[in-house]
Amino acid sequence: MHELLLELFSEEIPARMQARAADDLKRLVTEKLAAAGLVFERAGAFVTPRRLALVVEGLPLHTADTREEKKGPRVGSPDQAIQGFLKSTGLGSLDRCEKRTIGKAEFWFAVAEKKGVETAAVLPELLVQAIHELPWPKSMRFADASFRWVRPLQSVLAVFDGKPLAGALPRGGSLDPLAFDDGTSGHRFLAPRPFKVRNFEEYRLKLKEAHVVLDREERKALVERELQRLATAHGLTVKEDRGLLEEVAGLVEWPVVLIGQIDPRFTALPPEVLSTSMRTHQKYFTLMARGRVTHFALVANMVARDGGRAIVAGNERVLRARLCDAEFFWEQDKRATLEERLPGLKEVVFHARLGSVHDKAERMATLAAEIARHVPGCDADQARRAARLSKADLVSGMVGEFPELQGVMGRYYALHEKLPAPVAEAIADHYAPQGPNDRCPTAAVSVAVALADKIDTLVGFFAIDEKPTGSKDPFALRRAALGAIRLAVENGLRFRLRDAIDGALIAYKRVNNLEPASRASLLDELLAFFADRLKVALREKGVRHDLIAAVFALGGQDDIVDLLARVDALARFLGSDDGANLLTAYRRAANILRIEEKKDGRAYAEDPDAALVKAAEETALVARLETAEREAGGGIGREDYPAAMSALARLRAPVDLFFDKVTVNVDDAALRANRLKLLNRIRRTMDQVADFGRIEG
Amino acid sequence: MADRPPAPAAARPPSFQELILKLQTFWAERGCVILQPYDMEVGAGTFHWATTLRALGREPWNAAYVQPSRRPKDGRYGENPNRLQHYYQFQVILKPSPANSQELYLDSLSALGIDPLAHDIRFVEDDWESPTLGAWGVGWEVWCDGMEVSQFTYFQQVGGIDCDPASTELTYGLERLACYIQGVDSIFDLDWNGAGVRYRDVYHQAEVEFSRYNFEYADTDRLLQHFRDAEAECQALLEHGRNAAMALPAYDQCLKASHLFNLLDARGVIGVNERAAYIARVRALAKACCEAWLVSRESKA
Repeated sequence: MHELLLELFSEEIPARMQARAADDLKRLVTEKLAAAGLVFERAGAFVTPRRLALVVEGLPLHTADTREEKKGPRVGSPDQAIQGFLKSTGLGSLDRCEKRTIGKAEFWFAVAEKKGVETAAVLPELLVQAIHELPWPKSMRFADASFRWVRPLQSVLAVFDGKPLAGALPRGGSLDPLAFDDGTSGHRFLAPRPFKVRNFEEYRLKLKEAHVVLDREERKALVERELQRLATAHGLTVKEDRGLLEEVAGLVEWPVVLIGQIDPRFTALPPEVLSTSMRTHQKYFTLMARGRVTHFALVANMVARDGGRAIVAGNERVLRARLCDAEFFWEQDKRATLEERLPGLKEVVFHARLGSVHDKAERMATLAAEIARHVPGCDADQARRAARLSKADLVSGMVGEFPELQGVMGRYYALHEKLPAPVAEAIADHYAPQGPNDRCPTAAVSVAVALADKIDTLVGFFAIDEKPTGSKDPFALRRAALGAIRLAVENGLRFRLRDAIDGALIAYKRVNNLEPASRASLLDELLAFFADRLKVALREKGVRHDLIAAVFALGGQDDIVDLLARVDALARFLGSDDGANLLTAYRRAANILRIEEKKDGRAYAEDPDAALVKAAEETALVARLETAEREAGGGIGREDYPAAMSALARLRAPVDLFFDKVTVNVDDAALRANRLKLLNRIRRTMDQVADFGRIEG
Repeated sequence: MADRPPAPAAARPPSFQELILKLQTFWAERGCVILQPYDMEVGAGTFHWATTLRALGREPWNAAYVQPSRRPKDGRYGENPNRLQHYYQFQVILKPSPANSQELYLDSLSALGIDPLAHDIRFVEDDWESPTLGAWGVGWEVWCDGMEVSQFTYFQQVGGIDCDPASTELTYGLERLACYIQGVDSIFDLDWNGAGVRYRDVYHQAEVEFSRYNFEYADTDRLLQHFRDAEAECQALLEHGRNAAMALPAYDQCLKASHLFNLLDARGVIGVNERAAYIARVRALAKACCEAWLVSRESKA
């Protein structure tokens, strides 16, 4: 079998686009191979800053001959049918069809035979198509070419079965087509001389000799290993940073890890400032000695003759300049208190229809104080204060420079002006949790402010009808709802979402004079949105979404912690023998009711008439239902859901007996009606605890 | 050739002015028209008509020049070693973009004495955009040992008009590059002429005084009036342009408006919402100037 090797050699491809481009190239070429009838065994794509490469193994030298047959109408059919058949097969006349006998009749058959073609003849055009179709997030034109690529494409290596493919990529304008060949070159500085290759193995090896590690994963592993080795040798620890690792793997073809020192003058800056400045501007890894940020690691693309001394010295000097700026912001920022910064927030738009960030902080302050009542040990005044100041750092110089330090800097400035520690922590924490894996605040004031932030956002955007649709969620409302859920659940907070939403609405009315079109439908929509998020959040924990739906359907279930306690008890109950059995009985009752109510065109919602309760099993059931209803109700009232479930469990025996011994659809109409009412009573009693009709499986 | 100054001592890295001379020589030898700075206050070398206007249309154009650039907001009263409200850019425009643009650029670094085998030179994604010019391109910032020494851009649009052909634009941050080559930490410590004059001697007083002016004393009412005047003059010139082409004088006025906006911005009198509106006003002027320029060139051809 035979191998195709393709390399698209270009000027530096942005790191963030590389992985996707390799996937796209592989997808496009393999799809086209399949469409051309070319089967293969394996395909692999590779990417470095300067090259996109693809190897396809196990291709045939020719495509197979194909023969297609199509059965047509009976011989002697009306002309219309014959013409239709000829048209559908693309044949001009019956001369090119065969007659075949099937059973007693003779039919026309169209037979199309196609000779296979040489793979090497098919590939060039196929590759040109794939190159043209490769989607880039942002592409460019070069000189007067019409061809677009992410950066100027310099050459195309295309080798099949050890020989260069005869082909060329047209570029339009006055530029010549880029002819395919079997040459490439290595590292831009260390091995610029061109070389030829005949297959992938040779390509990979020659590249390595030419200081290019083709495989991105290999480059990552190399960087990681070197980072660890050098850090250990210097008695340092590395601050893990997967995102940065991904990025630097896309910035070098030949990674060389070097370690530099941070000028001790700057080690008094907050560590987050040091590592953010180093990461964002310089792509340095942060290294620590005894918990302090003292060094950095850079990943160079060069094996320098002096062992990297000049490179390290240069980088250290750049870092000094960078940190000088950071130090300037830090010193400047400390001159104003957070309170003094608040007017500046009026200039920062939160959303055109929801006012400024200043407005948001005002609303959050009211709401946080309200929520504080439900957070054990939360000082409402501190919550109010922290919420008001929570956004003030957005107008500080440092956050202007490094937006990702929002909150973090607010905390430092708060501590600097000696605000109470819980207020400072809440300022830092209030954006969290930002996703399922982010740290969830636990300190009381932090929890109140973080919740206020999220609920304010959700209520505001729902009020102006900016809800997420499909995959579009520009204001990250799903994340906000998930954050609120995590804050409530992980801290065991007992409060009703309805009240919090009301609180937010009052704040919107007061601060922005904004009211939703309909308060009731806003509440419904938001609660349903929370229920959906809850299902998603709990799915991963193995909680069944139908159980959440069953409890949520009871209505008024807007205390998340309470709702989860019910779901939990319900899950345990259904897992028990009694529970499973009772669910079957419930369904039986519900089925009979549905059929009979439909037949009769009426509902049997009333309580059964005691006078018509005849059979012993009926009497026993009625008595048990009364007890169960009372006990289950009591359990729910005390939030003792296991007790409520036990009360239901005790229904199992009488319900089973009832179905065993008593016929519902008897001829006596009054008796039948009464028994249907009894079935309804079973359903109602159970529905107190959860809507069993929504349980699946 | 007889008047050529003596070569600098090998031990001494090139002075600030030698750096400029080397770049001019390098690009002159590669066929560039060496221009002098545009006599307007501009924020970057790109604003020079030799780039903005000449990047449009089909005529080939290769030019290089130094451009003093003013960014009023970046003033630090001469106290920050790396941030100035007035600094120099060396600008190169190559139209159409040559196939060996990157090699040409790297050769220019070698000409400055930066040996690519001793340093870590990298092309890191950085797409350039100028909202006031309605211009954008894709490219990189070029790193030398972690220091951004140049911006490398393939122009795609100027004044909202497609660049056809596209051109290569190189911008060298001269002070940074010089700090790097001379191995100094503060711009003010740069050796200007190799004979005892430092950057501080030439520009420190200006940094202090202009920072004062930019942040504290510029009369905002007068600036606002000047902005309106420049805008009106630009529009009037473009209006007359139907009979008598005046794209270049109109463009002067557009740049005046742009700089006045920057001054107002530094004085902190422009709110967030107004800011976008001002930028849009300048962009409208720039766009109209670009269109007028194209019309004038087409009628010439």
